[in-house]
Amino acid sequence: MRDVFIERLSVLAEQDPRIFLITGDLGFGVLTKFEERFPRQFMNAGVAEQNMTGLATGLALEGRVVFTYSIGNFPTLRCLEQIRNDAAYHDANVNVVSVGGGFSYGALGMSHHAMEDLSIMRAIPGVTVVAPGDDWETAQSVSALVAQRGTTYLRLDKSTAGRTEREGEVFQLGHARRLREGSAATIVSTGGILATVLKAADQLAAEGIVCRVLSMHTIKPLDTESLIAAARETGGIVTVEEHVVEGGLGGATAEALLDAGVMPNGFSRIGLRGGFASVVGSQSYLRSEYGMAESDIIAAVWKMGGGV
Amino acid sequence: MTVNKPLDTRTLAGQIRRHALRMTSIGGSSHIGSVFSMADIIAVLYGAVLSVDPNRPDWPDRDRFVLSKGHAGAGVYAALALRGFFPESKLATHYQDGSHLSGHVSHKGIPGVEFSTGSLGHGLPVAGGMALAAKLDDAKHRVFCVLSDGECDEGSNWEAILFAGHHKLHSLVAVVDYNKIQSLKPVAETIGLEPFADKWRAFGWNVVEVDGHDHDALPAALDVRGKPGDAPTVVLAHTIKGKGVSFMEHSVLWHYRTARDAEFDAALLELSDAS
Repeated sequence: MRDVFIERLSVLAEQDPRIFLITGDLGFGVLTKFEERFPRQFMNAGVAEQNMTGLATGLALEGRVVFTYSIGNFPTLRCLEQIRNDAAYHDANVNVVSVGGGFSYGALGMSHHAMEDLSIMRAIPGVTVVAPGDDWETAQSVSALVAQRGTTYLRLDKSTAGRTEREGEVFQLGHARRLREGSAATIVSTGGILATVLKAADQLAAEGIVCRVLSMHTIKPLDTESLIAAARETGGIVTVEEHVVEGGLGGATAEALLDAGVMPNGFSRIGLRGGFASVVGSQSYLRSEYGMAESDIIAAVWKMGGGV
Repeated sequence: MTVNKPLDTRTLAGQIRRHALRMTSIGGSSHIGSVFSMADIIAVLYGAVLSVDPNRPDWPDRDRFVLSKGHAGAGVYAALALRGFFPESKLATHYQDGSHLSGHVSHKGIPGVEFSTGSLGHGLPVAGGMALAAKLDDAKHRVFCVLSDGECDEGSNWEAILFAGHHKLHSLVAVVDYNKIQSLKPVAETIGLEPFADKWRAFGWNVVEVDGHDHDALPAALDVRGKPGDAPTVVLAHTIKGKGVSFMEHSVLWHYRTARDAEFDAALLELSDAS
């Protein structure tokens, strides 16, 4: 996703001189080409995320469309107040990009596990929150974020579902993509864990339990309509996110459905529970260790009753 | 250089102080000492240095002004009203229910406020971004940022100071209202800043030191116009917290206290005598 992001941003930067990329001294080998091609649209702010975000806001208030780039929690939690007070309150065109969503850097340890970012970022008024599930969604969301005004958060993942777009498909922020049709249950996914979700859905379908799959690439604004339809039309809703269960996709889904007065036939949130991940490992290892593997998704659907 | 006729900055400073005294008194709000220490700086900036146009608050060539010590926002609101950005009568709504004139400076609904602050250590990084844009665009305007001394405890400021020095953001002018008192105690007893000028120099800045209440010296000290390739400039303005009202001067108490009744009358009398 990281490479897709920088590739698309390069295409856009060529056409739009307002685009400006600031890194917090990360992206070795990844950003070099961008810097060489667009020296007037690139800045390494050093290992100083608060200043990076303040700079981004200042540049954005002067008319630029800025992307801040770092990994894990550095461009988000480290400088959260700058995102809130400086960028978001001023409706500045600051797009915060974190590579390494969830357990992407699982073996590096707790400091590099980005597991609370979605709920924290979505709580900030006016901030659009996007976690693409595949490469196409990644490229499309970069273009869409440039085209809209305001402060946004783009969570990129090491894992990806590859390419899932259909011919002629149009991407829209805030509109979930229906990747599998079915009524046994709806599995709603955000981020690169979409690959695991699709595998689980295909496995379930092979067993005769045919589920709807929604790729909820935009956490905010949330596609409430798709969720209400899923609650009404299918056997229940399972949300899947590589993130704590509090306040992310699962929490947002529960809020949206209760606000609408719609009770799904079943409801299950898959995500990190019970504290920090204290062991390290690859992204797939940690998903298994902490209940976010293909088998956990299948079990959640089974537990729901296996269909209507 | 101003678009309108330069104002008499001493008169302006007196008006700012009297407005701020009334505003904080009506609102029952704090930080009058912080407003008074920078009142002369603000008066000279808005009266004689900043190129701004009340009729076109978003004029692209305007000098940018960021108040990083947002708790002294009453002083900037007063200066903006006195410069004609909005009616002076609006100042009476400061701190009141439903008002846009918040206790910490906010841009929403207030023409002329470039940037909202209130949490310390936010202004300078943003001013740095504005100055970087000006440098990249070869623009002629300047970016001023007024900080408090206590605020220089914030690490984000030192990130910004490192960055601006390294990248020679020539249009950036930081002004420290160095009143030597922070929230609980004197700066020297809290986190000492000295040798303060040397610190800025070591980070690659030009340093100007000035008496922050001297209207003969302030215009020249503040009216900095760097050229491409020049370092950014910091003006260390030595000031007195609570300046202008004898019983408020050099006092931690008046970081918080609101002047009411006899104190208010006494303060207003001193300020009226002064100009």
